[in-house]
Amino acid sequence: MSFLRCALVFSLVLVAGQALAVIETYEFTNTELEVRYRQLSTELRCPKCQNQNIADSNAPIAQDLRKLLYQQLEPGASDDEILDYMVARYGEFVRYRPRFSGATAILWLAPALLLLIGLLVAFLTLRSRRGGSASAAPQLNADEQQKLQALLDKTEKDS
Amino acid sequence: MAPRLKLFVPLILFAVLALFLFRGLALDPREMPSALIDKPLPEFSLPSLGQDQLLSRSDVVGRVVLLNVWATWCVSCRVEHPYLHQLADRGIPIYGVNYKDDDADALRWLDQLGNPYVANIVDREGTLGLDLGVYGAPETYLVDAAGVIRYRHVGVVDDRVWRTILQPLYEELSAGVGGQ
Repeated sequence: MSFLRCALVFSLVLVAGQALAVIETYEFTNTELEVRYRQLSTELRCPKCQNQNIADSNAPIAQDLRKLLYQQLEPGASDDEILDYMVARYGEFVRYRPRFSGATAILWLAPALLLLIGLLVAFLTLRSRRGGSASAAPQLNADEQQKLQALLDKTEKDS
Repeated sequence: MAPRLKLFVPLILFAVLALFLFRGLALDPREMPSALIDKPLPEFSLPSLGQDQLLSRSDVVGRVVLLNVWATWCVSCRVEHPYLHQLADRGIPIYGVNYKDDDADALRWLDQLGNPYVANIVDREGTLGLDLGVYGAPETYLVDAAGVIRYRHVGVVDDRVWRTILQPLYEELSAGVGGQ
């Protein structure tokens, strides 16, 4: 029973968070526009509060950008047109998925590069470990072999 | 020898990380370069504060000017205001953009604190602000005689900002006009 109650409270808290996320609502003529509005507003970064998208932020500038987004979506602007418009004013910074360019290359390539480095390190480590145990014994030369045998013989006699 | 060198790997990683973090301490993420640097000042047609006339781009362009975005709801603007007076007294032309403000409040502000502006563009809806890429107040733009935006400063313009950044640029751009 208490578990159910906890679950209920928890789900209500989740719903409350969602209710706060949207500050004002816009009426769209069709649902496709609304879906694009949601998608674009989570992809555009608020220039003022830099770690929030414009859907989450209640800063005045985020409000303006949401309004602008609505005003551009309704007459039928394409996603690219809207993003170009925003980037022309606020820079590539305003997008959470910036275009690939010299300045953003490291951002886009770093994950793949790091993965490659990781795989390489893992591969080399595993190979040296496997190779190491197999080749350790034969690396002793005749002289060392003799010494080893002498030591072993000695310990046997001692015991 | 190689295994012994390997022991230094964590230290090297730490040093690299510390270097980046130390550099990060001195960086202000709010100081973003404007997307409009070296772009022309956007066109606009907006009322002039306290006057029955419209201001447009051609009213501002023609000499090197400062374009100061301000509002009465902006606390930092009040801090900045006395310094703008100093600049105006030295003959620097400053145009104001009264950003998303109430006309009556703005006029009262200028009445009480003095008016360092040549003129004030009333941007009640923030449309000019949007075209300029303004995301808060105060912001100050340096516009050259040809109407091209040369610099944007986010935050309060004080003596340090003026002397280290804006003044050298301002004098360089003004000298360029004189030489032509």
